[in-house]
Amino acid sequence: MNTDTHAAHAGDHHHGDGHSHGTFSSYMLGFVLSVVLTAIPFWLVMSGTLPSKQITALVIMAFAVVQIVVHMIYFLHMNTKSENGWSMMALIFTIVMVVIALSGSLWVMNHLNSNMMPMHQMSGMK
Amino acid sequence: MTVAVNPSQTGEPVFYLADEHPHPEGYSTSLGFWIYLMSDCLIFAMLFAAFGVLGANYAAGPAPKDLFDLDLVAVNTSMLLLSSITYGFAMLTMQQNKIAQTQMWLAITGLFGLAFIGIELTEFAHMIHEGATPQRSAFLSAFFTLVGTHGLHVSCGLIWLVTLMVQVWKFGLIEANRRRLMCLSMFWHFLDVVWIGVFTFVYLLGVLR
Repeated sequence: MNTDTHAAHAGDHHHGDGHSHGTFSSYMLGFVLSVVLTAIPFWLVMSGTLPSKQITALVIMAFAVVQIVVHMIYFLHMNTKSENGWSMMALIFTIVMVVIALSGSLWVMNHLNSNMMPMHQMSGMK
Repeated sequence: MTVAVNPSQTGEPVFYLADEHPHPEGYSTSLGFWIYLMSDCLIFAMLFAAFGVLGANYAAGPAPKDLFDLDLVAVNTSMLLLSSITYGFAMLTMQQNKIAQTQMWLAITGLFGLAFIGIELTEFAHMIHEGATPQRSAFLSAFFTLVGTHGLHVSCGLIWLVTLMVQVWKFGLIEANRRRLMCLSMFWHFLDVVWIGVFTFVYLLGVLR
């Protein structure tokens, strides 16, 4: 294990910046995609084109997720190879933590909210 | 995992490297900075969670529909998006060693960032003037904390941007400055990613509710 990493260090000149760089076309592609992915949700909400609010909410959340992925790839240059894959590992770990924290908070607090005893009943229990 | 490396002349196995082998300066900066960004991401996740839990508790105060002006948010979003692409151009010109153009794109990025902060502060001032202060309801507390933290990050990014422009002006595009510009690039684009969450979950879903 140690010998392997040592050898990899010796021959790895790209290690210093370790980060892939974008090109003009990749930045422009990312920008155009972002503009489209931003404009559509704003238009959907402002015009109220879709029949129900639930559908609109789901669609704009889907657009947000896609746009985040676009930014990650074209602006932050995420790939599985940068920093020998450690950037991706950190990202995956963070996503797992964020999903657990967000869904957990919303779920638990929503349950608390709906099972909470109403105030007027509480005062009657004295 | 332990493998004998560099068996010494006496035949005695050595199970570790006696000396840390030399690394070029700043070789681990981008990974370290990325890990910082990920921890920052957790801060924002907690603020989003707080907003998600408290976002509907208006305490008989103003709701998102009464407060948010989506036209203004759309303008603000485009400011941040434009600043992202101009920072990208700054990085591209930096790779071609064009100092003057790099500085120009950095300045344009700064102006877009400044416009973003200006519009956001105008919005905050307008809300507070109407009585929608952070103390008014749990929704407004969570709103000001989340959006304010993002705005604070952008403001810090602007200070950092000016600092780096002075650095590049004084020392040119030396290796250290390239590394710093790359870190700020990651920071700046990361803030744009957080803003996607803000305009979707706070503004658009808020108005929809």
